[in-house]
Amino acid sequence: MTTARTKSMSAAGSVPKATPSPLFAALSSRRLWLTVLGWTVAGVIFFPIFWMVLTGFKTEAEAVADPSLVFSPTLDSYAEVQSRANYFHFALNSVVVSFGSTLLALLIAIPSAYAMAFLPTKRTKGTLLWMLSTKMLPPVGVLVPIYLLFRDVGLLDTRTGLTIVYTLMNLPIVVWMLYTFFKDLPKDILEAGRMDGAGTLQEVWFLLLPLTLPGIASTGLLAVILSWNEAFWSLNLTSSQAAPLTAYIASFSSPEGLFWAKLSAASTMAIAPILVFGWLTQKQMVRGLTFGAVK
Amino acid sequence: MNKTRSSGRTVGGLRTLSLQAPAVSLLFLWMIVPLAMTVWFSLQRYNLLMPGMTGFAGLENYEYLFTDPALWSAIGTTLLLVGWVLAITVVGGTLLAVLFQQEFLGRGIARVLAISPFFVMPTVSALIWKNMMMHPANGVLAWLAESLGLPALDWFSSLPLTSIIIIVAWQWLPFALLILLTAMQSLDDDQVEAARMDGAGPIAIFFFITLPHLKRAISVVIMIEMIFLLTIFAEIFVTTSGGPGLATTNLAYLIYIRALLDFDVGMASAGGVVAIVLANIVAVFLVRMVARNLES
Repeated sequence: MTTARTKSMSAAGSVPKATPSPLFAALSSRRLWLTVLGWTVAGVIFFPIFWMVLTGFKTEAEAVADPSLVFSPTLDSYAEVQSRANYFHFALNSVVVSFGSTLLALLIAIPSAYAMAFLPTKRTKGTLLWMLSTKMLPPVGVLVPIYLLFRDVGLLDTRTGLTIVYTLMNLPIVVWMLYTFFKDLPKDILEAGRMDGAGTLQEVWFLLLPLTLPGIASTGLLAVILSWNEAFWSLNLTSSQAAPLTAYIASFSSPEGLFWAKLSAASTMAIAPILVFGWLTQKQMVRGLTFGAVK
Repeated sequence: MNKTRSSGRTVGGLRTLSLQAPAVSLLFLWMIVPLAMTVWFSLQRYNLLMPGMTGFAGLENYEYLFTDPALWSAIGTTLLLVGWVLAITVVGGTLLAVLFQQEFLGRGIARVLAISPFFVMPTVSALIWKNMMMHPANGVLAWLAESLGLPALDWFSSLPLTSIIIIVAWQWLPFALLILLTAMQSLDDDQVEAARMDGAGPIAIFFFITLPHLKRAISVVIMIEMIFLLTIFAEIFVTTSGGPGLATTNLAYLIYIRALLDFDVGMASAGGVVAIVLANIVAVFLVRMVARNLES
């Protein structure tokens, strides 16, 4: 439906271009201005990220000198971030915690979303909305009890503890997003499978999962992005052992840590994978972030 | 006939129940246990530094909290932060969505660049802005001001809250853009075309067609941003630590100070309850709106 519309839109857009004469000239000058304006705006918004990437390849002296695009790039800062601060220890924490929590959340959410999409009852809508409302609980409101509970059971500064928190933090979004993808699937397909004698498990494994794999993948990516960038629980529940990248980067805020080139190198490595994930899933992300209220 | 139907429903209901049980029960625990504990602690005299002095305190913590000028200053800061960031991101996001909806050369790449800040972790964006952009001597903004012959601004000491607002707005502007751009794609082109035929200019089209069409998406953006902005933490933590004085201490940061720096569990929990109540006022509207959407 949407693709059909976009197609007709671009088709309609190409009609005036074919016509010659003044209209064409006016259109192309309008297009030129829009191109300049669009790229200027995008450039200004993106500039801090661009500057950070650039600074990562400078020496510390060049980093604090007057802004310049001319310098001989060096990988020293990258090497030093690893040798001095053991960057990969923190990166590994980020990977383990965000992928671990995403996998767990998917495992718990798939049966739930399946039930809501294909076996709806009177209570389904209420359950969905209730799940959404748990997301409204501000983390800072429950910081004290979670901190004390974690301290008492020895989960402070452990990957396990952070993984548990992230799983639960993302569970409502994951259920919602999967639910919207499952609901879009034509019911007849599963019906046909059931006719052929497939049980629930086979139905889910051989029909539902393969058919909605793109949806499940983008749900997973969104959960990874949200966990990777989470910086409230990571700052409050971890210190050195289990600190992920968000907490490691925060250590650069201390006065003696004002090494811009190293900060930039570490930051570039920390955001690069997630930036790519974000670019890949931007469209599906809207669904998850707005709980299906904007499609 | 009637019997089989009802028993069929029970079997279906049981199956639904068992499939949903893990997600529902975990979320229920995750919500209710800490919530109950926060409320309970908020009624206790409980400071980790004074282990002997515990006991029921009644509403004492709330009394202290509400007579503490820091709370009112923190609530004021929270509202200023939320209000300004919302204004900037919603107005800016709408204009940007209109711009990036137009066809131009390399639009796809320009869009991707413009939404990128949303994927940058908050500690990174805060430190990049604080050091490399806003540094009074070596920052890009200081260099820019100097080349224009203006005095360089020491952003974080003269305009601490404004600096935080700029950083947070930079992170959330792409979010508004992303959502509004998506909503824009369902705009009826025929309607726009018809209006143009009738002689409506671009400004009239924006106010009478585009904006009404975006109304719902804009309210979704406002509510979702509110929920996240009410408890902004990391950006403050790595830049100003709430200072100078209390200038950038919002409610979330105040609770953090009371809990993990003063170890006053009772007071921090009372603050937590205030934060929960504030967030829920917003949440009620959002849940209602999503519910209406579920029906259609």
